[in-house]
Amino acid sequence: MTPRRKRLWTLIAVLAGLGLTALFVSKAFEKNLNYFYPPSEVASGKAPSGTPIRVGGMVSKGSVVRAQGSLEVQFVITDFAKDVTVKYTGLLPDLFREGQGIIAHGELKDGIFMADEVLAKHDEKYMPPEIAKTLKRQPDGTPADGSAPAGAVTR
Amino acid sequence: MGTWTWFHKLSSPPHCYRIAGQLIPWFAIPAALLIVAGIYGGLVRAPADYQQGDAFRIIYVHAPAAWLSLMCYTVMAVAAAVGLVWRIKLAHALAAATAPIGASFALLCLATGSIWGKPMWGTWWTWDARLTSQLILLFLYLGYQALRSAYDDIGKADRASAVLAIVGVVNVPIIHFSVNWWNSLHQGSTVLRRGGPAMPASMLVPLILCFFGFTFLYAALACVRVRAEVLRRERNAHWLQDLAGRRGRTESAT
Repeated sequence: MTPRRKRLWTLIAVLAGLGLTALFVSKAFEKNLNYFYPPSEVASGKAPSGTPIRVGGMVSKGSVVRAQGSLEVQFVITDFAKDVTVKYTGLLPDLFREGQGIIAHGELKDGIFMADEVLAKHDEKYMPPEIAKTLKRQPDGTPADGSAPAGAVTR
Repeated sequence: MGTWTWFHKLSSPPHCYRIAGQLIPWFAIPAALLIVAGIYGGLVRAPADYQQGDAFRIIYVHAPAAWLSLMCYTVMAVAAAVGLVWRIKLAHALAAATAPIGASFALLCLATGSIWGKPMWGTWWTWDARLTSQLILLFLYLGYQALRSAYDDIGKADRASAVLAIVGVVNVPIIHFSVNWWNSLHQGSTVLRRGGPAMPASMLVPLILCFFGFTFLYAALACVRVRAEVLRRERNAHWLQDLAGRRGRTESAT
């Protein structure tokens, strides 16, 4: 084996080792690498209660209830399997609306998620307003290509 | 051996210096044309987004900068590996020349993303998988350059920094796939997506122009910086003294 060939194989071995290490580390820390829990995992008890977590999903149509005279708002987020009710007091991001994917940070208390921060999750779709208007006419409100809306978690 | 003659020629400093110099306009001119066309198309001609309005237009800088930050790192790591295995000094020179360019694009990507994140998400920064791995990429670039400058001997700097560049390459696929592997705040990719780009042609064409324009810009900058690296490494070489002497004579004659 020439020295050059030896160096090449060392390099390949190092890269393979690194790849494996990265794989194991990411598997081990999968829970920490995930930014939020979908409502299904909250319902099935996979998400811890009593500690601050993030829950992400789509704001259910017609679920937003605003309190009179305060910034308090209550809404339901869904991953189309399970729902979580969220209570939040404060300013909501501009993109917050019904049918929008959002991520709330807070704590689960007696089945209600008390949020202290609400972020809007934008999806990867871009379109001019005219096309969006045409798409909206679809009865169920899902995008025309049948893909999952923002916030819906596919595993 | 015959097919590799061009490669070996390229690995000789005088040839590399000359060829890189000749290539600059071939990269710089298309870069300028493509970027002007792409930015004009993106900022003026493309329609506003149905949700984000005009704020979406930051994508015409953000996404190409993100692409370049990943491409530069890959170029850097491959060049460093070639330099390490085949002991080609100019490969190390290319890696060293690429690092600050990639670092600039990584920083540009993080800055534009942050500016977009505040109005859209509601936060400047958050520790989700995509944002964190991209920040690590910036730190890898900075660490690479810091490690290089810690050695007086160029050969030692080349070898030590090459190892860092190669180790860090594992982060590149992590950045790209982070939005698919884990739940993240950052959205999935719009262009490289199953089922085709989630964008109409009126928005997509300027974006593609910007992708190519930024890539050509990198190539032009890399040529300039590789020439500077060659000058620094070969400052005592005869061919450079000959070149400088010839230039000096022709300049004093005119």
